[in-house]
Amino acid sequence: MLRKIIVTIFIIVCFVLQSSVFSALSFAGIIPNLMIILTSSFGFMRGEKEGLLIGFFCGLLNDIFFGGFLGFYALLLMYIGYLNGKFSKIFYPEDIKLPLVLIVVSDLSYGIICYILTFMLRSRFAFSYYFMHIILPEALYTIVVTLFLYPAILKINEKLEAHEGKRAQKFV
Amino acid sequence: MSPIIKRKGERFTLPSKYLLFILTILCTVMMLVTFGTDVFNRPFNALVGYVIVPFQQGIEKVGSWLYNRSEELVQIRSLLEENTQLKEEVAALIEENTLLQQDKYELNKLRELFDLDEQYSEYNKVGARILGRDAGNWYSAFLIDKGEEDGLAVDMNVIAGGGLVGRITSVGPNWARVTSIISDNNHVSGMTLSTEDNMTVSGDLKLMANGCITFSELVDGQDRVREGDKVVTSNISDKYLPNILIGYISSINKDSNNLTKSGEIVPAVDFEHLGEVLIITDRKQTVTE
Repeated sequence: MLRKIIVTIFIIVCFVLQSSVFSALSFAGIIPNLMIILTSSFGFMRGEKEGLLIGFFCGLLNDIFFGGFLGFYALLLMYIGYLNGKFSKIFYPEDIKLPLVLIVVSDLSYGIICYILTFMLRSRFAFSYYFMHIILPEALYTIVVTLFLYPAILKINEKLEAHEGKRAQKFV
Repeated sequence: MSPIIKRKGERFTLPSKYLLFILTILCTVMMLVTFGTDVFNRPFNALVGYVIVPFQQGIEKVGSWLYNRSEELVQIRSLLEENTQLKEEVAALIEENTLLQQDKYELNKLRELFDLDEQYSEYNKVGARILGRDAGNWYSAFLIDKGEEDGLAVDMNVIAGGGLVGRITSVGPNWARVTSIISDNNHVSGMTLSTEDNMTVSGDLKLMANGCITFSELVDGQDRVREGDKVVTSNISDKYLPNILIGYISSINKDSNNLTKSGEIVPAVDFEHLGEVLIITDRKQTVTE
């Protein structure tokens, strides 16, 4: 229960920050993607199920506020969370390389899929332009933010796990 | 043994594969349903309106307060200079204004003679504050702090500083989403003010960084449209009210078909520094069949 509340607060805070504070801190009009950081880090920390659920709700929030129709970003982020969850078996909290690589790959594939489905299908074919000016800068900015946000997520997750462990022991 | 069959004494859990499958179907159904209709919009918009928007309002208040303090410090020196300049300008404008008022007086008299209604008398407007911007990098939309409860509805036009900003595309009880005219998926039917030639004005992500938008399908056989001409919303648009300033033409190119022209427009609104907008609560009259 505590975990659900904390994760909900995390999703809301990240969404609000992304749509207000980070759009004021944008570099050359590019804002980082906090929802990807949240989805994939919970994915590889906690497994497929939590990853896909968090991805679904993050995406749904984006759909309601900014999407043309409901379900597109929810579907996309849900699969990103699920696929990141596949890596939870080789994840160790001490290792920062795997999270960074996973988040970058997630963000790049998110950008490329967004381009294909919402731009290429409207006959905007200059992929190299969009890659160099939108997708890549977004991924780079996202890594920079990850370096600050990820340790916080990791720490809170550890606290939650410790708390849950204590309760389980008491229960037994 | 099947993973979804409940064993005695074990808590029922749905394996992630099945959950993924169920949610995929749910998303697909939602996409199909909301592509044409907006049945889900009302409950969802109301829900997020009460959960998320208060947070955004708080952050916006703090942010604008900080921004104003820092701006005050930076701007005092430049404001002094600007003040002297503006005083000169005011003197010139007062003179011009008297001349124009004479013209207006004459115009009104002539209008009365012709028995013409004023074409766009005063529209009713509501002011709103911007709460947040699009959370992605592909499109340009923003949220404002007024919604259905303040009388807003989808398709109302939004202006700022005398120019067209966009229109409302989604509305909740206490918030609304405005899709701006620089957004890549937005098209406006426009016309040049001087010659009344129609054109399609579209946002373009590639030009967004330069603050430009494109126009196309301008039919101008006699080459009368020039760079610097004013572009306003046209009479034939079904979403936008007529004669709202969009911007000024900055370049014109002939298309390869030799019939139409396309080019770039500099919008009248500075989209980088928008804080408040005005929403015109009159909507374009549409003929219902």
